[in-house]
Formats: sequence, structure tokens, C-alpha cells
Amino acid sequence: MVEASRYYKFDWITIILFLLLVGFGWLNIVSASHSGDTINYFDFSQPYGKQLMFIFLTIGLIILVLAIESKFYERFASVIYVISMLSLVGLFVFGKSVNGATSWYGIGGMTLQPSEFAKAATALAVAKYVSDLNTDIKRIKDQISVFAIIAIPAILVLLQKDAGSTLVYGSFIFVLYREGLSPIYLIILFMIIFISICSLKFGVIITSAVVTVLILGHHFSKRRKPLLIQPISIIIISILVSFGIRYFYDNILPFHQKDRITIWLSLEKDPVKLERMKKTIAYNLNESEKAISSGGLTGKGFLEGTRTTGKFVPEQHTDYIFSTVGEEWGFVGSASVVIVFVLLFLRILHLAELQRSQFSRMYGYAVASIFFMHFFINIGMVMGVIPTIGIPLPMFSYGGSGLWGFAILLFIFVKLDSDRINQW
Amino acid sequence: MRRFLLVGAIAVVGLIFISRLFYLQIYSGGILDLYEDNAIRKVYDYPKRGFIFDRNGELLVSNQPSYDVMFIPREVKPLDTVEFCNLLKIDKARFKEIFEKAYHYSPWLPSVFIPHLSKEDYASLQEKMRKFEGFYIQKRSLRHYETSIGANVLGDIGEVNDAIIARDPYYKMGDLIGKQGIEVSYEKTLRGVKGIKFIQKDRFNRDLGPYKDGIYDTLPKPGSDITITIDAKLQAYGELLMQNKHGGIIAIEPSSGEILTMVSTPTYNPNLLVGRQRSVNFTKLYNDSINKPLYDRGLQAMYPPGSPFKILNALIGLQEQVVTTEDRFSCNHGYSYGGRKMGCHGHPSPVAMNGGIYNSCNAYFANVYRRIIDKNKSPAEGLDKWSNHVKSFGLGNYLNNDLSVGQPGKIPTSKTYDQLYGKGRWGSTFNLSNSIGQGEVLTTPIQLANMTAAIANRGYYFTPHIIKHIEGHTIDEKYTTPNHTTINKEHFEPIIQGMFDVYNHGTAASVQIKGIEICGKTGTAENFVKVNGQRMQLTDHSIFIAFAPKDNPKIALAVFVENGYWGARFAGKIASLMIEKYLYDNITRTDMEEYLLHHTLEHEYQKPYSGKPFGINKNTTLEFVDEPEYKHLKELLNELNSKSRDPEEIKKNQGANL
Repeated sequence: MVEASRYYKFDWITIILFLLLVGFGWLNIVSASHSGDTINYFDFSQPYGKQLMFIFLTIGLIILVLAIESKFYERFASVIYVISMLSLVGLFVFGKSVNGATSWYGIGGMTLQPSEFAKAATALAVAKYVSDLNTDIKRIKDQISVFAIIAIPAILVLLQKDAGSTLVYGSFIFVLYREGLSPIYLIILFMIIFISICSLKFGVIITSAVVTVLILGHHFSKRRKPLLIQPISIIIISILVSFGIRYFYDNILPFHQKDRITIWLSLEKDPVKLERMKKTIAYNLNESEKAISSGGLTGKGFLEGTRTTGKFVPEQHTDYIFSTVGEEWGFVGSASVVIVFVLLFLRILHLAELQRSQFSRMYGYAVASIFFMHFFINIGMVMGVIPTIGIPLPMFSYGGSGLWGFAILLFIFVKLDSDRINQW
Repeated sequence: MRRFLLVGAIAVVGLIFISRLFYLQIYSGGILDLYEDNAIRKVYDYPKRGFIFDRNGELLVSNQPSYDVMFIPREVKPLDTVEFCNLLKIDKARFKEIFEKAYHYSPWLPSVFIPHLSKEDYASLQEKMRKFEGFYIQKRSLRHYETSIGANVLGDIGEVNDAIIARDPYYKMGDLIGKQGIEVSYEKTLRGVKGIKFIQKDRFNRDLGPYKDGIYDTLPKPGSDITITIDAKLQAYGELLMQNKHGGIIAIEPSSGEILTMVSTPTYNPNLLVGRQRSVNFTKLYNDSINKPLYDRGLQAMYPPGSPFKILNALIGLQEQVVTTEDRFSCNHGYSYGGRKMGCHGHPSPVAMNGGIYNSCNAYFANVYRRIIDKNKSPAEGLDKWSNHVKSFGLGNYLNNDLSVGQPGKIPTSKTYDQLYGKGRWGSTFNLSNSIGQGEVLTTPIQLANMTAAIANRGYYFTPHIIKHIEGHTIDEKYTTPNHTTINKEHFEPIIQGMFDVYNHGTAASVQIKGIEICGKTGTAENFVKVNGQRMQLTDHSIFIAFAPKDNPKIALAVFVENGYWGARFAGKIASLMIEKYLYDNITRTDMEEYLLHHTLEHEYQKPYSGKPFGINKNTTLEFVDEPEYKHLKELLNELNSKSRDPEEIKKNQGANL
């Protein structure tokens, strides 16, 4: 074999989109965290200074990731996964609690959040397992194994009170579906979400009636009609789910989560009470919506956001960073950010489809899915499209572990993609 | 096809987000933010608060300017605190305390630093104000009371609290709002609307000029002046007569429902609750749990009305046709039933209705009451009918008027006794005390005065109210629409004759005034107090209702004096004097004036707190005020009586122009 056939070609479009988001994200962290006096960008006691340092370290990390042989990631996928899971388990013993979540290791003055790296590890493990010649995703046995690989980190982070990260693992359903998983799982998932929302918003009776009409309608519109027992059992299960959800919401769900859903679906009828909830439980959301709203078409300008400067929105440099974008850059700026994210996701998916090996394609899909889930939950929450769930916005939110985790996740794929000529 | 699911999901979410952004930023973004935007300085211009005049045009309440030092914590720059503190006459610790409290409330909203500067402090501070960045002076107007009477009527204004700001966004930190009395009921009318200027600032906190050329700026709208129904001279007279006695006087003009006086004692000088000393004085008044000067006894004190209530039972008896004016009942020092006896005092027996009223015979009304309740198939039906008649006089519920405080009182229904004894397991003897205004009946003095007005009007009343005129507005229609009672007009004459005879040869003969046809009714109310968990009976309250003149009445009133023992002893004298003062302005019964000024009941009020055993009613003695105090009161009385009324006013009060 001739060594020269190894021709590295990194996808510069992905890299540029990534750098654009990181750079613009940092500007917003400056806005959201400066304390009103003169700004010294290299003041490492300030969040924006620290983040700048994290960004420089990220660049080193990226070079490292790209320098490693691409075969390494496939071969050592299982080892990486196991180490990563051990790091999550270790948190129960050595973990440090911040805001009620035990998700950090304290190393010197720094903290590290292993769950941010576990996503890449899980993506590698899933890709490795499914791409194995002996695995057939259509087989129940193999499906159970894959679900287990995904469920382990999902449950571990849930136990560490980081429910947002758990949801991210749900995004693997997109990857598996692409590789041949039966659509029935997606349909069931969709039905459950639909029934849940309907039951809470319109009540169990209306939901049951609507579901019954829909399923029977579907049944009788088919030319070949299977036995009636099938739609009827689906209807019964749906009604049970509907009751179950209602019961869960009324009696089991912890108060703060229940209130978030109450706010999201406007379930509180009493306007006075609702107004009070907006000022207490939904304070963050309310302030963040107001900040975004105040941006108008073109925004108030960099460092001119009055609600940002006034520190109206709590956690603004972390989970609520998008409200800064909304206020200072307006509709033009925030819609552009949404578009750049969408372009990045589509670019990754496009590259994934070009891969010759199933491992690389699956990994690419996993990267896009994870990024998309973060994007969807975070921006959705900040704008009140979905209920409040704490999760960072990739490349934007303040934090070293998050930035490094996303960089590793993405650049392993950039590396795999650069080597696709040699894939078989 | 499988490859398009995620692509589709991404595209859909992208579109949803962009439409949400469009909705938030373009569709609904804009003006709403002005008030909360800390890049826009809001400069408020406070309008004049409306003046308050009495019914004869005497100015009672006006304004005085006041200057508050305000600040926005985040905008405060390092300053010479020593100089600043010296100017404001505070120490550094206090400076820190105020600053931190305000910062905690909100770093970017204005808070009051020092309220109500004196004129001198304001003058010396104003020149140096620009040295202290983040601080500014806000001009407001405080109340100035032109009188020392009527604290419970006029009320006061004070700084808004956090709860009010949260409820009504009109109010900002440091704003003044009605806290008691008329200032509360007519807050919106009196305050007007403040003007606002929006000024754009840059991020160095410099003014850039009017925001968007001032298109959102508004001018202040001054508050409206109001005229209240109170007769200041009569109010002052009433307050003086009530000195050293706890209780209330409510006087109403029956033909309009206008409240002429609303005395509650002990009272205080309304000027105590103005400006900087307000909080200190308010706390003192608030904590006085024996005298309770902030408790409006005329509006809030609920007591069994006692004998005046008998009048209603007589009216209901006639209306229900269970008794005629000629029916006689005998009284053997009381009324015996089922082995029990409701006692009565000595008087000729048997009595018909007229004698029943002026002798205040308990046995007579026990008979009437039983006939009312037992007229129907079941006592429940009878009692509910009776209850509806009573309620038609405005008893048993809030009067729904324009006074800031009140109490509903209590009138029982069949449900009350069903709950007490079980359905169908009680009869008229179970609640016989209702016949003489005790038992389950509770009323407030204003309700009693209103009931008297309804009797004076022979069957209807206007909701008692305090507003007479609002500059540029008409008053609420509910105050000019009569409320009819369920008693026919013709039944009132014999009853009123009975009340007239109370003065002629009944229980109020001693407080008669020559030349005025007064109709009245005495009353007493047993009462109890709980001190340190121990229930004690105190001397009875002295109660009196009256109206005059008998035909075409001009004034109806209810007086009650706590622990005054019997009706004519204190309340009756006060009622007669008030009537004479209002109608003629010239007192003939100066002996009664002397009596009232000379006697105090303070010792009665101290009794339950003395920790020693004490006697009540028959076992009490009357006490005199000390000589200097008496002299002082006498001077006040002379001064008051020397300010004679405009003859026109007297004519108007007597109804000569009608």
C-alpha cells in the first residue's frame, strides 16, 4: 500500500459554520456577563474571559482529534464507551453538586462535566454496534442491545438530576430509523406525545373521542380491512395512556415540573393566578421572552441590550443565552443564528449520506441528531415553544465541558469524513 | 425515504423558530417595554390631588409640596458619602441600610432614599444634587389638613407598598395612595393621573433627549375636587361631646341618605399622619389596643342593638297583621314562658303598642314576636319572613356604600337555628331574645342610623353615602335611588307616634328639648370582653336612635357610647344636642352639654385591664374629668359655639327652602 493515497480533505464548510457559531456565541456571552464597566477581554475572572480561554483550548483539542488516525475511533469505540460510562458512575462517589445536579468533577479550581463527553462516546458505541456485520437492527434481540447502550448513559444522567441530557439520548431514534428500525416505534412515540398534550389541554374525554374517530377513520379508509380487533385494541390502549398521563400530571409529577407544563400549555384558567405564576415560577421564561421581544427587527446592538445589561434574565450567559441574541441582534440576528444552525445540521447529514462505511454514516447521523435535539430544546424553551428544560445551546452557552464535548463530537465526524476515500 | 425524516424535522423546527421569533419581535415587540426599559428614563409629573370640602363649602383638606430624594441603585456612582449624609442628616450605617434594601428590591428601578424633605433641607440639597449621580429629587404633594377633626372620615395617604405595586402597575415606588377613609374610597378621583416623559439614555447613562420626540409622553391630569356630605361643624360638635367616651355617632339626612356626621372616638388629629412622622405616629395609633383609635366604631362595631330593634318588630307585627295598635298585653315584671322568664322593669300594665314602645316593655314585644314567628305553619317559615322584613331595612349585610370600611352585622334566618338545634327542632321560644334586639341580632351604628332614616321616611331609605359632589362628574346612581322596605307606609305613623312619646313621657323624657318634635328610642346592650383568655361582662353600652322633626325629618341618627350603662344616660343626651345643634345652631339644654363635658368613662375602659375585680352597671359610679381638662373642653365648646352658622345654612337644615 502506498502511504500517499491517504489524502486528507477536511470539510471546510462545516468547520466555518462551527467557528461562526462559536465566535458569535462568545460575543453574546460578553454581553450577557459583563458587569457594566470597561471590558477587558482577557480578564479570566469574568465568564467571557474564561470562555475565551476555553475556546483557545478547544482549538488545541480539535487539532488533537484531527491528528488521531480515523480508524482509532471505530476500533476503540467500545473502550471509549466503557471509560465514559465509568466516569459517569464515578460521579456518585466523587461528584460535586452544582444547583442540585451532581454532574461535575472538581479538578483543582476547574470543574469537568463528564456527561458532555458521554454523548460522543455513546454515538461511537451505537455506530460501532449497529454497523457490525452480525447485527441486524430489524431483530428484536439486537434492538434491545442497542436500546441498552443508549439507556445506560440516559439513566445515569437522569439519576444525577440532569433530565435535559436524558432527553438528548432520545434523539438516537432518528439514527436507528435511518438504519432500518421499524417506523412503528416512531408512530408510537408520536401518538404518546400527541395524546399527552391533548389530554392535558383538552381533557381525557375529548382526547379519547378524537383518537377513536381518527383510528376508526383510518381503519375504514383502507381498502383491505384487517380484523376490527386491531383498531379497537389501539383505541383502548390510547385511552388508558390518556388517563395515565392525566393521573401522572395530577398526582405524581413533582410540583416544579408540573408548573412548567401548566405554564407551557396555559392550563391555569384564573388569570390572576396565571399572572402570579408568570412572575414566580415562569420568571425566567417571562423575562427571556420580554428580552427577545424588545429586540424588534434589528436589535439594540452589541452591548446595548438594556435587559441584558440590567441582568433581567437569570442564567442568561448559560441556558438563556439566546435571549441575548434576540435582544441585541433582533429578528435579523436571531433568525440568522437559527438558519446557520440549520445549515450546519443539513451539511452534516449531507456528508453522512456520502459516507461509504455504515459506521461513519451512523456516527454522522448521531452528531446531527444530538446537535439538533439541543438546539430544539434550548431555543424552544427560551422562546416558550416547549416547556422549560435546562440544557445548553451548543457553541453558544457558557461552559468549557460543553464546548469541548460538542467540539469532540463534531470533529471526530470531520475526521471520519476526511478519510472516506479509504473507507470500505 | 428514510433519510428525509431528520431533514424534515430540522426544516420544520427551523421554520417554527423563525415564525416564533417573528411573532415575538416583530408582531408583538414594541411599546409595552417602555416602562420597564432601563435605557429610558421616566420622569413623572405628579398632578395636584383633589381638595376635599364639607357640605357647606368649608375646605377640609388641601395639599402642601413635598420633596423626596429618589435614587436608582445601579446608577449610583461613588460619592462623598460624608457630605451626602450630612446634608440629609443621617449616618453612614443608615445610608448603607437604605441602599442595600433598595438594591435588593430592584437595582434598576427608582426607590425612595429619604421621603418628605423639609423645605430647608431641600434648599441646601438642591444646589449640590448634580454631584450625586444616580440620585434625584421628586416633587410630590402631601396632604394638608385645614382642620383637626374627622380623622376617621378624611383618612390619610401614605407610600404604596410592594403588594400594591404588584397589583396595579400605575403605582411606582414612593407614590402616595389613599390609606384610610375617603382617600381610599375616592383614590382614583382624587389622585388624577400623573404625567410621564420618556427620555432616551445611552449606556453611559447620559440623556440623549426625548424618546422618539416625545410621542409617548403624557401630561398630568389633576385630581378632581370633591365635596363630602359631612357637616364639619356638627362633626366637630359631636367629637367634642364624645370626649373621654368611646363610641360613635352617625347622623344621616333621611331625604337623601347623606351622612352628616360620622364620629368615632377616641380619635386623633389627622395632621399626625402627614409626611415623615406618619409611620411613627401610625404605629403608635395602630398599637394602642385599648383605645383602638384607628377602629371606626361607627362603621365597624357590631353589637346587639337592644331596644331600638323593638321598633322593627312592631312594624313587622303590623305588616304581618298579627297585631293591631290596640291589642294589649300584660307585663308582670317580665314575660314567662315554659318555666323561664324574660324580665322587664316596672311600668303600668297591660300596654298597647304605643305604651309598649315608650315604656320599652319586653313582655309586649315577646308577645308580638311570637305571633310573627308562629303565624305560619312552621316557625322556620315565620322566621324567614321576619328575617326578610328586617333585612329590607339594610340590616344583616354590608350597606354597599362608599366608605372604606364596614361590617355586615348579623340577622338570623331559619338556617341559623337549624344548624344550632336541628331542622324542625326549635320554635319561637328558642330565639325570643330577638324580640328585644338581643340573641342572634347584631348591627353596626351606621346600620341603626340608616334604619332610623328609613323609619323617618316612612318606609324607604337612600344608601347612606359620603360623596355629595365630584367636580365635573355626577355621583353614582345607587345613592339617588330609594330602597323600599317591605313595610307599608300606613304602619309607620302609630310607631312614630310611639317614638315621639318616648320623648314625651317615656324613657327619654329627661332629654327632651322644647320646641323640637324629636322621635327616639333608647337602648342598652350587654357586652363582654376577653382579656388574657378570660371572658368578662362590662357595663352595658348606652344606645340611642332618634330623628327630628317628626314630620318632614331633617336628621336621623344613632349614637352609642361604650359602657355608658343606659340609653338616656349618655347617648340620649348626645342625640338631642346634635339635633338641636343641627337644626337651630343654638343650644338651650346647656345643662346636658355640661354633663357630657364633665363626665368621663375612661375609668370604665381601664377596668378589665386593671387585674382587679370590678363592678358593672348598678355597681359603677360616675367620674368627673379633672378641672384643667374640663376647663380646656369648656374653652373648645365656647369657641365652637361662638362660630355661629350662616343663617342660610340653618334655614337649609330646617328645610325652609322646601
